[in-house]
Amino acid sequence: MLDPRGPRFAATITTVVFILVLAFSSAWLALAQAVVFALTAFTRYGPYTLLYRRFVAPRLGPPGELEAPQPVRFAQIVGLIFAILCFLGYLLGAPILGMIAAGFALAAAFLNAAFGFCLGCEVYLLLRRTLNRPPSTDVHQ
Amino acid sequence: MWRKSKFPTRPGHDTLEGVGQTGLLVAVFVLLAATAFGAYRKATDGKVRSVSGSISHLHEPGKITLLQFSSAFCAPCRATRVVCAEVARTTPGVAHLEIDAESQLDTVRALRIRRTPTVLIIAPGGEIVGRAEGALTLAQVRTAIGAVHA
Repeated sequence: MLDPRGPRFAATITTVVFILVLAFSSAWLALAQAVVFALTAFTRYGPYTLLYRRFVAPRLGPPGELEAPQPVRFAQIVGLIFAILCFLGYLLGAPILGMIAAGFALAAAFLNAAFGFCLGCEVYLLLRRTLNRPPSTDVHQ
Repeated sequence: MWRKSKFPTRPGHDTLEGVGQTGLLVAVFVLLAATAFGAYRKATDGKVRSVSGSISHLHEPGKITLLQFSSAFCAPCRATRVVCAEVARTTPGVAHLEIDAESQLDTVRALRIRRTPTVLIIAPGGEIVGRAEGALTLAQVRTAIGAVHA
């Protein structure tokens, strides 16, 4: 279980990072953020999470409620995909792709930071609905 | 042309500046649009709308059923579960039924459930009378149940 303020803190930093990525069209900053997403999703050593635990959490009280880790991991993996697309876009001379990917990542991070927006709640079911069609029994050929 | 952005040598004289300015514009646009979306969601989340329809399964006959669709990647579902379970525990004639939306994709499509949590308020006879998307408050659930009785 997680302190839900940790991911909000991380999303705030992520928001700033993607504003900088867009402002400087920086492939390498996007790559750095991709590494952060990967570390946060797959290990216990997400850099922003460590910052939160070391410097922020001790100044706040204990959390009022705890959050399941799956929604956070899902959001980090979605962020990772957009960060990689963004990196590749800028690196390979397709800045439009870079901007679109950074724009989506910025929207998701900002909505999480400012509103506690739950990306998994919005897209996971839609994806499952779309990708997981039952085997059709009434195909007319 | 665009390839120059890989080599930021002389900002202001190549395409980098143009791309950077466009990037900032994109950032501002995204932040404004996301703010509008977030504010809209905040205003409408948990609002119970009157709907019509019926369901033959997934409700407790003779009781008002709060049918909650949840998913694993969903923190607000947990909050909504606590609220609905509390109402069911303290209100006679009200049941709470939570299902994993993934395990009932046919029903999810038929009822056009798009996000989680979605709560359907089902009258004792199986008529769907209310629908709310996003986390619900205790007051919102109680009001919706009062409307069924009325």
